[in-house]
Amino acid sequence: MASHPDVIVIGAGLVGAAIADGLAEAGSAVTVLESAFAGGGSTGAAMGHLVVMDDSPAQMALCVHSRLRWEGWLDEFPEDVEADRCGTLWVAADAAELDAAAGKLALYRARGVAAELLDEGQLSSAEPALRAGLAGALRVPEDAVCYPPAVARHLLDRARRRGAIVQPGEAVAVEPGRVTLQDGTVMNAGTVVVAAGPRSAALIPGLPVVPRRGHLAITERRPGLVRHQLVELGYLHSAHTMGGASVAFNVQPRRTGQLLVGSSRELVGFDGTINRPLLGRMLARAIDFVPGLAALPVLRTWVGFRPATPDSLPLIGPWHPLAGVWIATGHEGLGITMAPGTADLIVAGITGGTAPLDATPYAPTRTIDEGGG
Amino acid sequence: MSGPTRHDVVVVGAGPAGLAAAVAASERGRSVLVLDQAPHAGGQVWRHRRGERPAPVLVELLRRLAARGGAIARRAAVLDCPAPGELVVDFDGRIDRITAPALVLATGAVERLLPFPGWTLPGVTGVGGLQALLKAGLALRGQRVVIAGTGPLLLPAAATVVKGGGELVMIAEQARGSQVVRFAGRALTDPARLLQALRLRMATIASPYRADSWVVAAHGEDRVREVTVHVQGAERVIACDWLAAAAGLLPRTELAELLDCALTGGGDGGGISVDDDQATSVPGIWAAGECCGVKGETAGMAEGTIAGCMAADAPTTIPPRTRKIQAAGRRFGGLLEAAFAPRPELLRRVTPETIVCRCEDVPAGAIDPAWSPRQAKLWTRAGMGSCQGAVCGPACTALYGWGRNAVRPPLASPPLGAWAGALTRDGEPTTP
Amino acid sequence: MNDVTIQVDGVPRRVAADSSLAAALLTLGIAAFRTDLHGRPRAPVCGMGTCAECRVVIDGRPDQRSCQVPVREGMTVETAT
Repeated sequence: MASHPDVIVIGAGLVGAAIADGLAEAGSAVTVLESAFAGGGSTGAAMGHLVVMDDSPAQMALCVHSRLRWEGWLDEFPEDVEADRCGTLWVAADAAELDAAAGKLALYRARGVAAELLDEGQLSSAEPALRAGLAGALRVPEDAVCYPPAVARHLLDRARRRGAIVQPGEAVAVEPGRVTLQDGTVMNAGTVVVAAGPRSAALIPGLPVVPRRGHLAITERRPGLVRHQLVELGYLHSAHTMGGASVAFNVQPRRTGQLLVGSSRELVGFDGTINRPLLGRMLARAIDFVPGLAALPVLRTWVGFRPATPDSLPLIGPWHPLAGVWIATGHEGLGITMAPGTADLIVAGITGGTAPLDATPYAPTRTIDEGGG
Repeated sequence: MSGPTRHDVVVVGAGPAGLAAAVAASERGRSVLVLDQAPHAGGQVWRHRRGERPAPVLVELLRRLAARGGAIARRAAVLDCPAPGELVVDFDGRIDRITAPALVLATGAVERLLPFPGWTLPGVTGVGGLQALLKAGLALRGQRVVIAGTGPLLLPAAATVVKGGGELVMIAEQARGSQVVRFAGRALTDPARLLQALRLRMATIASPYRADSWVVAAHGEDRVREVTVHVQGAERVIACDWLAAAAGLLPRTELAELLDCALTGGGDGGGISVDDDQATSVPGIWAAGECCGVKGETAGMAEGTIAGCMAADAPTTIPPRTRKIQAAGRRFGGLLEAAFAPRPELLRRVTPETIVCRCEDVPAGAIDPAWSPRQAKLWTRAGMGSCQGAVCGPACTALYGWGRNAVRPPLASPPLGAWAGALTRDGEPTTP
Repeated sequence: MNDVTIQVDGVPRRVAADSSLAAALLTLGIAAFRTDLHGRPRAPVCGMGTCAECRVVIDGRPDQRSCQVPVREGMTVETAT
């Protein structure tokens, strides 16, 4: 164990690993504290969709920047990150949704994000597996898919090669300049970064992040059945609403040929059991859009916990009540996408470098408008 | 939906233990439903070849069950247990929910298939695996077979190979000769068992039986053509068309784990933990037979009878003789473990290129023994494929000392649409 | 003992009526039931429906574990051979 690193990063999920890698590259002495293994938490349950979303300008800015950085990552890491530049189709079920898609198109283009609107016929050609009668879709060709645990692993390995130290252990308390572990050990460092996903709230009292449970199912291999990541435009409603349980159509072709089927959202604390009726609704909704899914054997289902905030924006930046403590979590369903941008902001903030974008909207101590997002 | 017929007792598994439990419960006045995912009742041990008579014990149990109106659903796989006492079952393509106020688990055993170079070649099967394929109609027509395994399963499998027309080139038992002798001395005190063992050996007498022997590697391109076998201190290359290789049997506990039943622990996770009345750690659930620990069909039937009586809420009617057989079964299980545990050499055959997870093509070189099983799964995809760790789970436990990854529904692989429908279906549970 | 006719990779074959499909295919000399992720042939191992190596396409439905399926007159089967 480093006697006194510059920075302790708590959590080696994708966000923590990216931060450690960035800090080490910038010359900081970093120790990463990880209680299990890189990518074993929310990262390991996630879909791995690299997607630009436009719920707010701040969300979109971080997505756009991050997705650009992902271009480099996908090329840098080995095969097992399962990089697939398949693009996203935001599916419009009716004319009203297609109108909304046109609005998104304008926003995306204004931000320099390649996008096009497909009508019913074009959608059918682009994605034959979708049911007939859909109004069209917004196609975002530069979105991609990856396998997050492998990326987290490789980022952490690279961080190590750059001088970072990975310390097995579980943090139980964070104070200015020190982290206490479960076994009573105390680690000291000038700076502490909390990147522990939804469990960050246990370390930082008052941190506005809670777990938001999601279900996923994976099928046998059917290469070519689905070509893009498919998401219904209604997904945005599901992602917004903080309360209650919701499902939204979200299907991903994996490079292996298996299909990953989501998505659902509930606030149930850290209950890891499967909500069977909700799972059934989720699967039924997926079949509604892709009838061919019905015949596919399901291999397994599981749940994961997204770190969710009341305003759908992440918490990235200094936690003012505790000197030297930084927060990097709260990405809800965009943690995989936003990991590189998050790391850039944290590294710039800690080392005094130039931030690639304005970090103010993600300030962890911001006043959160609970009606927003 | 019409009023459902409920069953007082549901038994999972139509092998010796399951059928004994079902008969015991039905003869004590309970309505019984037996589920088995195979097309035929009888489990692994009571299979018969085309033209053979089925085992008289099987016939008798089926007759007694039918006489009391007990039902057997074949090709019925338990997928999930959404709530205590409720099972979601795939009845040969139709998924239904059934109530199981009293449940008996008799899910049997699987073979421990350990990796070695060439083990994924066509023609390399398990020991019980080859026997099962033969009894299901495989005709060998003089093809050469090497059997390399361990324990009492070897001789019946060997006899089946000979009967099935195979030229049995060698029977390799990985246990030490002294262990086999000691086991035989203790286990074959029963005259019937001794006679059966002798009969089996006579049926295979043309083939050499060698203890202290195991397969090192299988070779071939499109299928196995020859194997390297370690035979009592020396390596030999033997030409063959089939290699039946395994390293003993393991209790099959996925359903028990999904039901939160405690296991006995130990190296491989062990079997389902049960008390003297075959009760598991979960009220309303009993277990019997190989899934509690490998011990043979006779003890399995005794345990099944006890479990069936208990599930029928008739503990005072447990036949006294079953207790003796139950106790003898536990002793026999202990003898088996002591005599036929996989020897360390079996674990040293693996090279970095040897596939460990067959479904996802994960080689040993991609896996760090220092990892946790979940880490290996997430980092290499080992255990994420079609068999969901049924083969590579026990292999990794043997190779690396790992525990097992958590079991998640569905336990089989139903079509997504059928399962979605079952998950969201309103109304009362039904039975077929 | 009766035989039935099944279509195996487009060719009609006679197999024992009470055989499992896996046993019938093996008796016919089929070596590769499926291929792995690297294109290598795979065939039945466990004989009891747990190893998933015996998967073939039956009547157009993929991923069928052939060791658990009895043969049926007119069945169409696609293997990796």
